[in-house]
Amino acid sequence: MSTRKIRVATTSLAGCFGCHMSFLDIDERIVGLIEHVEFSRSPINDIKHCHPDCDIGLIEGGLCNAENVHVLKEFRESCKIIIAVGACAINGGVPAMRNHFTLKECLEEAYLDGIGVENPMIPNDVELPLLLSKVHPIHEVVHVDYYLPGCPPPADAFMKVLTDLLEGKEPSLPKEILHFD
Amino acid sequence: MESHNGPTGQTGAHLLHRLFEVQQQYMHIPKQSILELAGELRLPVSQVESVVDFYSFFHRTPRGRFDLLFSNCTSCGDTAMMRSLCKRLNVTPGETRADGLVSINETSCIGMCDQGPALLVNSRTLTGLTAIRLEQIAAQIEAGVPVPEWPVEWFRVQDNVRKNGLLLGTAFETGSGLRAALEKGPEAMLAEVTQSGLRGRGGAGFSTGMKWKFCREAKGDAHYVVCNADEGEPGTFKDRILLSSHAHAVFEGMSICGHIIGASKGYLYLRGEYRYLLNDLHAVLKRRHKARLLGKHILGQAFDFDIEIIVGAGAYICGEESALIESMEQKRGIPRVRPPFPVTKGYLDQPTVVNNVETLAAAALIAVHGGAWFSGHGSEKSAGSKVLSISGDCTTPGVYEYPFGVSIQRILDDCGAEDVQAVQVGGPSGTLIAPDEFERKLGFEDLATGGSFMIYSKDRDLLKVISNFTHFFAHESCGFCTPCRVGTTLLKNGLDKIASGHGTKSDVDEMYRMATMVKRRSHCGLGQTAPNPLLDALKRFPEVFEQRLVHDSEFEPHFDLDAALEEARQISHRDDAEAHLA
Repeated sequence: MSTRKIRVATTSLAGCFGCHMSFLDIDERIVGLIEHVEFSRSPINDIKHCHPDCDIGLIEGGLCNAENVHVLKEFRESCKIIIAVGACAINGGVPAMRNHFTLKECLEEAYLDGIGVENPMIPNDVELPLLLSKVHPIHEVVHVDYYLPGCPPPADAFMKVLTDLLEGKEPSLPKEILHFD
Repeated sequence: MESHNGPTGQTGAHLLHRLFEVQQQYMHIPKQSILELAGELRLPVSQVESVVDFYSFFHRTPRGRFDLLFSNCTSCGDTAMMRSLCKRLNVTPGETRADGLVSINETSCIGMCDQGPALLVNSRTLTGLTAIRLEQIAAQIEAGVPVPEWPVEWFRVQDNVRKNGLLLGTAFETGSGLRAALEKGPEAMLAEVTQSGLRGRGGAGFSTGMKWKFCREAKGDAHYVVCNADEGEPGTFKDRILLSSHAHAVFEGMSICGHIIGASKGYLYLRGEYRYLLNDLHAVLKRRHKARLLGKHILGQAFDFDIEIIVGAGAYICGEESALIESMEQKRGIPRVRPPFPVTKGYLDQPTVVNNVETLAAAALIAVHGGAWFSGHGSEKSAGSKVLSISGDCTTPGVYEYPFGVSIQRILDDCGAEDVQAVQVGGPSGTLIAPDEFERKLGFEDLATGGSFMIYSKDRDLLKVISNFTHFFAHESCGFCTPCRVGTTLLKNGLDKIASGHGTKSDVDEMYRMATMVKRRSHCGLGQTAPNPLLDALKRFPEVFEQRLVHDSEFEPHFDLDAALEEARQISHRDDAEAHLA
């Protein structure tokens, strides 16, 4: 057994936090999990950066802007195992629906031509991360070790993957968990 | 549907034919025509639209009055020539020039691999392109000279038969096969075909006698014979020769099959790229009618049989027999779930034999000379001979016929191929072999082939060849099943990444995993064979990949991160440090 708790970091990039909400649906099982796991950077605890020696990184959402890329790279550098969580991280998901249009078209619709727009201008503050021309799944930018599918993946799937990893096993999802219809 | 009744004196009121006429008239398929055709042919509008969108030769927006399609095959294609003509005529590939005069694009192999580079201009085949010819073409286009007025020698297609064998070398007297078959009677004739050991020449090698027997025994309102002349496998052009110089034998094979299985109707499905053969084929049919070899009471006996030609519109997948049947039924060429196989439920859900051109021609000869004559040639499990289309890096490309069991080296010696790096046997869906395997033999026991034989010398960049094939499959995937639709594109992207010098070992591993998955999980033969060139190359020529990889990094992004911000930088007029990604 390891001498320290397993360190888990989580983040939501271009996602809706639905995967995190689903993760929290493990409910009281989180008490048992905390016996073996400590959370590093995560929206759950608001820690801002990853511990340099994390074991598992759970990434929700795809990449839509420069900040997403920076965060993803920090996770890859800090975490031994990266797991792409949910449809957006794996395929781009709903945010990637903008890929059918040019970025210019999207921004003009949102900030210039859209119904109810006041003081039309495309934001250009240096504090704002620039948007990528297309939304990408995370495996196109870093190596991803495992994929946890679903929109969102059910709480049981999170538990199964984490339990397998805690037990030192290769994670595997039984068909019941992967079957959505 | 009747033959020869179309407004252009071509084939009948088939959706593909009507769409071809509309495309020729307006250089696209206007919305209004879709509605009219749906009414005329009593088809749902959605079906007509889906067909327009499925086939490469139909367009929703106008192509140029001169619409040029350069083959992008490794043997009959030259996309550098395409780019140079584009530059000369100020055309962006794939787009129509603003004045509507000309459009230029690529298309999959057009079967002119022995006389390339080649292109289609307004669906007519133009061979033997040179820099000078390109200049002349450009001048004709700019002067607005209609294609039928261009010099005829530009459109000449040679047979280039270099070596005759059992099939091409045996004289065949028109009508002799059918006469012999009618004399013998269907059962005895079927026994001859079975005894001959003839197996399907499309590549899969199913026993012809067995296929005909199953179809004969199947119950149905009608039975059909279909000749698959949708010769789309890159590097294959042997059916072109059979159709141009041995059409009687092909039609006779169809008639003999019809007699055996109890069909009164046969169809020849001709690939759209071979449209130039159509008039001659119709003339042959006419002559056969006159000679009472087609029509009612053939040769004075109680046997009625007629043949109609259906012309495709640029879809490789329609060479798959069940997709071909769908296409005949005026639908998109999506392969059916098999079983049931066409022999029990084929065209219009009736028992149908679908055979390759070469198989049917061989059957006509078997009728004359007997099954034993045929099985006396070739090897134990592969009776008879194989007509090969040889192209690529050799001195005399063309059509060669060999008895099965011939070695690859023998073929290479005959066609003058030296310093050979690799041979693609059976086309992209076949097998890529290296020099240490050149003693292997052609035949169903070892190297099966539909007839494509592409030679690559040591000067060729094999990665480009593999990449060409992988792009081909991604383009031709019908989109029905996810493993093939998505998988072939991911394989294409993976190869492009490696070719551009951004691939790592992990990309190669991932492509191997993906290729294995696509092969195993795809619905039909296209997806099941699409990864073959890649898998063969990984096994036999690993250095081709190895030398392009980035070795000091475990992973490289799939796209240029900083370039992906360029559009946003321009829109927001920013160029600060945060507006860039390393």
